[in-house]
Parts: sequence; C-alpha cells; structure tokens
Amino acid sequence: MAMVNCLIDGIKVEVAEGTSILNAAKLANVKVPTLCYHPDLTPWAACGICVVKMAGSPKMIRACATPAEEGRNYITQDAELTKTRTTVLEMILADHPDDCLTCGRSGNCELQTIASDFGIREQPFEKNAPRMPKDESTTSIVLNPEKCIKCGRCAIVCQDLQGVYALEFIGRGEHTQLKPAADVLLEDSPCIKCGQCSAHCPVGAIYEKDETKQAIRALANPDLHVVVQMAPAVRVAIGEAFGVEPGTILTGQIYAAMRRLGFDKVFDTNFAADLTIMEEGTEFIHRFTEAKDQLPLITSCCPAWVDYMEKYANDLIPNFSTCKSPMQMEGAMIKTYYAEKMGIDPKTIYSVAIMPCTAKKFEIGSCSDMSSAIGEAQDTDLVLTTRELARMIKQAGIDFVNLPEEEVDPLLGTYAGAATIFGVTGGVMEAALRTAVTVMTGEKLPKVEFEATRGMDGVKTAKLNVKGTEVNIAIAHGMVNIETVLNEVREAKKNGTKTPYDFIEVMACRGGCIGGGGQPTGATDEVRAKRTAGIYNDDEKSVIRCSHDNPDVQAAYKDFLGEPNSHKAHELLHREYIKRPVYNK
Amino acid sequence: MADEKLLPMSEGLVAFITEWKKKPGNLIMVLHKVQEEYGYIAGEVAIEVSRMLEVPLAKIYGVATFYHLFTLKKPGKNKIAVCMGTACYLKGAQDLLDELDTILSCKAGEKTADDMFSVAGVRCIGCCGLAPVMTINGKVFGNVKREQLPDLLAPFQNAK
Ligand code: SF4
Ligand code: SF4
Ligand code: SF4
Ligand code: FES
Repeated sequence: MAMVNCLIDGIKVEVAEGTSILNAAKLANVKVPTLCYHPDLTPWAACGICVVKMAGSPKMIRACATPAEEGRNYITQDAELTKTRTTVLEMILADHPDDCLTCGRSGNCELQTIASDFGIREQPFEKNAPRMPKDESTTSIVLNPEKCIKCGRCAIVCQDLQGVYALEFIGRGEHTQLKPAADVLLEDSPCIKCGQCSAHCPVGAIYEKDETKQAIRALANPDLHVVVQMAPAVRVAIGEAFGVEPGTILTGQIYAAMRRLGFDKVFDTNFAADLTIMEEGTEFIHRFTEAKDQLPLITSCCPAWVDYMEKYANDLIPNFSTCKSPMQMEGAMIKTYYAEKMGIDPKTIYSVAIMPCTAKKFEIGSCSDMSSAIGEAQDTDLVLTTRELARMIKQAGIDFVNLPEEEVDPLLGTYAGAATIFGVTGGVMEAALRTAVTVMTGEKLPKVEFEATRGMDGVKTAKLNVKGTEVNIAIAHGMVNIETVLNEVREAKKNGTKTPYDFIEVMACRGGCIGGGGQPTGATDEVRAKRTAGIYNDDEKSVIRCSHDNPDVQAAYKDFLGEPNSHKAHELLHREYIKRPVYNK
Repeated sequence: MADEKLLPMSEGLVAFITEWKKKPGNLIMVLHKVQEEYGYIAGEVAIEVSRMLEVPLAKIYGVATFYHLFTLKKPGKNKIAVCMGTACYLKGAQDLLDELDTILSCKAGEKTADDMFSVAGVRCIGCCGLAPVMTINGKVFGNVKREQLPDLLAPFQNAK
C-alpha cells in the first residue's frame, strides 16, 4: 500500500494514500470538528465546519473530504480557523430552534456538543427557525424538520447503505428539506423503517417514536400482567447509554432492571430464536431434500427486510421462509403456551418487547398474522428500542451498571449460544447450520463455529460440504447489498438453471441487529466490532450451543407445539406475505 | 389528483426518453423535455420517467425541486413572469408583484384560484434596457408601471 507522509500541526504522521486530512489528524491526537461527516459514508463536505489550512497558504480546505498529500504541513487550529468554524456554527444555530431541554437528543447531540465546546454564548445572526409540522406517519420514526441541519446523512444512509431512496434533498437553498419525494409522508414512501437515518442523524431531527409512556402506563395498571422479552443485540449495546464500553454483556443487569421497573415476567427473545431455528431449520431441510424447486430459502426475521421484500422483491415471496421473527414467535407463545401453563387469562397479558430496532415497532401491527394468539389482539403489544429502555432505567433512578445480576424466568427464557448470535450478520445462518447439519448428518458437530458466516463483508458466500452434499449459502447485510444476491437468483430462475444459493440470510442493518436503528447512537464500524465480539463471547460462554439442545424448547414441543412445522406451529409461528406498492399512492 | 386527467406521454417523449436512457446526464434532459411538453412536471409523468429511466422517484424530485427551471405544479392558463434581475428589481419589480397580488390575489410562485393566471418572479431575462420587464405567455412588456397592470391583464382575463 502506498503511504503518504505529512505533518499535522508540525507532528509527523504516516497514512495510507487516500486517507483524509481528518483521519490523518487523529493520528496526531487532533479531533477536527465535524457535522456532516460520518465514517460509514463517503464524505460530501456539506457543512464546512471541518476547515483546515496548509502552511503557507491562506486557503481553507475541508478536512473530511480532502486526502492528505505527501510533504504537506496541515494547520488544524489557529485564531482564523476558530473564527471561521464559529461563524459556520453560528449560522447553523440561527436556523435551529433553541429547545434543547425537551429534545430527544439532548445530552448526546453532536451540534449541542460542538456549540458547547466552542463556548457559544450568544447568537449574533437573526433567528430564522420557523415552526414546521413533524412527520409522525409511521409507527417507527419521527421526522422533525425544524431540527434538521441539512447535513444530508439520513438521505445518504437511506440511499447508499440501504438502497431504499425514501429520503432525498427536496428543494433548494434555505428551503431544502430532507423528506420523501412527491409530497408524501414517510408511511406512504418506500421507507422500510430500519431507522438507520435516526441512528446517523447528528441532531434530534429523526428519532424513534417514543412509547415509554405507554409502557409506564401499562406497568401502573394492576389489572394487567406485563411480560417483557429482550432481543439478542440489546444486551451488548445498552451499556453505551450508561458510559460502559460497547460489547459489554449486561444480560443479568437488564433482567434485574426489568424486574425493578415492575415487569411481572422477564423472558428472553433468545428462547424464540432457538424456536425459530427449529422451525426454519426444518423448513430448510424439507426444501433442500424434498422440494428443491423451492430453493433458495430466504430468512425472514428482519422486519425491515420483509418490508423491502414485499415492496421491491415480491417476485421472490415463494422463497421466503414462512417463519415469523423470533419476537413474534415469543409474543405468540406468551399469550398461548405461557398463559395456559400459568392459568392466566391471555387478554390480561400486556406483552412488551425490547428491540435494537425501529422496524419492530412497525412489525407488530403489519398484518393479521401478527395477531395469532387471541382474536384480533396483537401478539406483541408494544416495542421499545434499546434507547427507550435505557431512558426508562435512568428515569427510574436505577444504578444499572452496578445491579447484581439476575436470572431470566423459566419457560420462555432459556437460550442456547446459537440464539444469541442472531444479533449479528451471519448469526441466523450459523445457528441454522448448527442444527440443520446435525439433523442432516445424524452426527454431533465436531465444531459448532462456521467461520464462513462471520465478518463485515456486505455479501458473504460459501460452499459447505455436508457429508458429500454441497450446500451454498449467501449472507447480506446493509440493505443495498442484497440486490446482487437476488439478481443472481432471478437470473438462475429465468434461465432455468440451478439456484446459486440454497439458503440466504438478510439483515437490513450494517453488522446485523447489533447495528440496529434503535441502538444507542454513535455506532461506527469500530463500535459494531465491539458489540459483535460481545455477542460471540456470549455464545462461547454458553453451556448449550445449539438450538435443538435447549431443554425449554424441547419441552415446548413436547407439551404444546408437537413437532416443528406442525399444524399448531404453523398457526402460531408462521406467516404469509403480501405484495406492497413502493409508493402508497 | 383525482380530478386531473391522466397525462398520456406523447410518442415523441417516449422516443426521447428511450434515446436518452443510457446517456449520462439524461435525467435533466428528460425533465427539460417533460417541462417543455406539459409546462410542468406532473406526478404521474415523474413516476413514468422513474420507471423508464430506472431512476428512483426520490432522485427525480430531488433534481426537479433543485433547479429553478422546473415546476411541479400545473401552471395557470396564462403565465405571467416578472423579471427580478438587478435592473428590474431596482426599478420596482417587487411593486409589480405586489400589485399583481392585489389584483389577482396571487403571489409569486402561485396561481389564481380560477387557474387563469400563474405568477412567477424569474431571473434576468436580458431586456434590462426596458426595466422593469414582465412577460405574459412569453410576450414581453417593458417599462411597466403598476397603474398599467389592469389594462395589460384585461385581454387575458376575458379570453376563454
Ligand atoms: S427508516 Fe430506513 S428506509 Fe426509512 S427513511 Fe430512514 S433510512 Fe430510509
Ligand atoms: S434529518 Fe438529521 S441527518 Fe438528515 S439532514 Fe437533517 S440533520 Fe442531517
Ligand atoms: S437488522 Fe435487526 S435491527 Fe436492523 S432492521 Fe433488521 S431486525 Fe431491525
Ligand atoms: S464535516 Fe467536513 S464539511 Fe462537514
């Protein structure tokens, strides 16, 4: 790799060719201020706050988008640069409302932080922050254009990382708004509710729909039996909201905090992840051995991906696994199996799910199959994101990090290591392979890890040799990466040739759910790597590694469901899909 | 949108889009053509262009709302443009817009309730010697005084 030597304020640094001045400066322990830049995205230099100079030249250049050049000496701070940056900031603040106190991002807003670092105490420019209506049309995210600083991150995430094109710069100059085309609201746009825009927005202009009040109200209602479940990815990320290192596993502390918040029963979505493997693994083996024309089997546990597929890839509906997501399986089991076992009237159960995901808020009411346990009532009543749970814990004054660890409640809580890895890209595939290969070969796996499924490449493919039979798999994460895989499948269908893949896993978010749109903000690949390591640690320290060895799952089949893919399982744990238009108009 | 008739795309337009489909910079060219043909870029046409060019609808709206040249709303029957170039501005172009608003109840960028007129402030149209300048349906009127406006508008108000 060609290297470049340059100076940052006189300090020598060596970086790979093409490295931006911004990143070179980090090696010299300088953090140039940024607003529009995000390490996930190609820089497009919109805001101008990151200006630096070259020694001997008065010209200001944008550090985020300019590669460091050989032999240069870059000046990252002097009186003139500070003045320019301050002016940029003051101009942004002139267009920004001053209601930090009631803003969802107060305390971790990038604009607030920079304004604080710069010691802004006055606003010299005329205030121009008109009131504007919010877009609250979806059940997942809220757009508040008043707060938007037009950095463009959301649109670039939505287009370049997710390939959805729900958001775009509409209009010009000071009238620019980041919103869907054709004057429609998000709900009628192509938006798949992944929430990646909200995870990347530097300010409080796009955020999760806050439903903590509903949870608190339910917890205060003595007539309700309030049950909670938590997704795999929550346990390795929630700590960040309390200043703990990403990837720290806080499962026991979360169970304890949930009990203190007043939940009557604490379950774990991981149980249902094991259940999903039993159902989906069986589905795969059936298609692979007896119905090859129905291959590839495509995973369906990510609701943003399901929404994308129903809009953009509904030609492949027959290839979709009919399995519900683990959250919805758990939800259905809570209001049937658990209610029955405990002799509780399921109508009095209020079922809450803690998810790393904004799309999950949409999923629970997305079609009639989401109400399978008791009549029209939803199987899951409320979804809170990791961020919302963290707020509830703080509001209650719980010293979260120092809580003594507690155990999950039995029946729908115990899980295998295979379940926890659902939280990362490749994890569902790996978990499914652990069980499917065991069943297909009739032998215990010598090694449960499948390395080919791991890592951050947008598309991972592998050929597995299962006792002489070839199994081809593909894994995609970051919604934009799926199209190439789907097109290969479509091409084979068109030509009547053998499918290139037998089993495909898709997760909408980069890195999988650990990088979900409802996780603590500030995720970068560095943070994702730590959360991922936390997930694999959780798996390694599990005594039980494979879903089919989970004793509570075995009991659920024996006492309630019968066999995997049984009639009862189909009623409660499986679903159908519909074609949806890209624009609802 | 219910009361608007579906806009059929002319053969010429379809041929034009097909011809430009693979060329770089095609979106702006195609939108120009659409604007020329209909006088604005209608939602249905944008959707059709999106389908034909395989460009996301969001991108089309991004471009169409960024450039002054494009309008997304159907213009009035008669199009009034008031030059807002420096010369015209100094000679009272804003007064003309204000007066038009008084007479027609229609601000720049809008159209009248009866769809008879739309009013726009436009960039310099290159007749600075005649400032202030306005055009009605492309016909240029120079040295316009606000008192003259009722007379200038009269023939268009009656024309059906
Ligand atoms: S939620 Fe996802 S699809 Fe919807 S606007 Fe945000 S990034 Fe785009
Ligand atoms: S909504 Fe947020 S991410 Fe999008 S442009 Fe505005 S400030 Fe930036
Ligand atoms: S990858 Fe996970 S967090 Fe992201 S949208 Fe899908 S289910 Fe939600
Ligand atoms: S951070 Fe470099 S221009 Fe915005």
